[in-house]
Amino acid sequence: MLTRLANPATFMRVSGYALPVLAVAAALLGAYGLYLAFLASPADYQQGETVRIMYIHVPAAWLSLLFYSIMAVSALGTLVWRHPLADVSQRAAAPIGAAFTLVCLVTGSLWGKPMWGTYWVWDARLTSVLVLFLMYCGILTLWRALDDPGRAARAVAILTLVGAVNIPIVKFSVEWWSTLHQGASVFRVGGPLVDPAMLRPLFAMALAFTCFGTALHLAGMRTEILRRRVRRLTLLQAERLERAAA
Amino acid sequence: MMAEAGRHAVFIWSAYGITTVIAVALVLRAVLDHRAQRRALARLEAAGAAAPGQETGRV
Repeated sequence: MLTRLANPATFMRVSGYALPVLAVAAALLGAYGLYLAFLASPADYQQGETVRIMYIHVPAAWLSLLFYSIMAVSALGTLVWRHPLADVSQRAAAPIGAAFTLVCLVTGSLWGKPMWGTYWVWDARLTSVLVLFLMYCGILTLWRALDDPGRAARAVAILTLVGAVNIPIVKFSVEWWSTLHQGASVFRVGGPLVDPAMLRPLFAMALAFTCFGTALHLAGMRTEILRRRVRRLTLLQAERLERAAA
Repeated sequence: MMAEAGRHAVFIWSAYGITTVIAVALVLRAVLDHRAQRRALARLEAAGAAAPGQETGRV
């Protein structure tokens, strides 16, 4: 199945069907999640109404890690199997992951001010997420800096794998160090600490973000395939014109 | 319920507002970039660089 999907022509056909389904699912789940977040869930007994920021902050944080993980797997695909779709996937994932990380940082900051009294502290969780965002920016810059797509793909794949060291640091920073940021409260041994009335909007929004991110990733991959076709045809046309002139 | 957000409303609405702006920017970027590549491909095909729909199996 994966081998067949890894064929660009098959990928274009299958993703053409999947894309509208994911987009509609993201819109419906997003609307339902917002309804739950604003109208059908209580305020927190300690954090009051600011708990509603959690419904975008936490899904954005999850997806920032998920998209970097997708990039790391794609980087392996580029370096080990040298599959061109792996590089396409990595390239399409980078700006989406960077955007989710930015959302995570900004919403976290806006949540931190009323709860902690400050927009920012240099604790391990916040700093490691900032490093994640800088890694995304570095990867996007490296792609733009190198003209040769093959060289750029390998260089970016290596940088991505080096940066993957930061993923467990982000995840476990709240356990390894003493941080102002709270510890894991959803996926933890012993079950979630969050009340089910708040878990429902959180999971609905997380699903909406996941569908939205996946739709954007597929759309980005389709565009990247087109971009490479345009590049190849432009080179072919230039060669043809050169031969005709000679 | 959100009418009671009171003094924290600015933080909540700012968070949702900025997230919406970034989400819309991502969608716009995806749509515009895709259209630009489609137009470039159509131009090349019209110039005879390749038959329409040709070379779909390679990246």
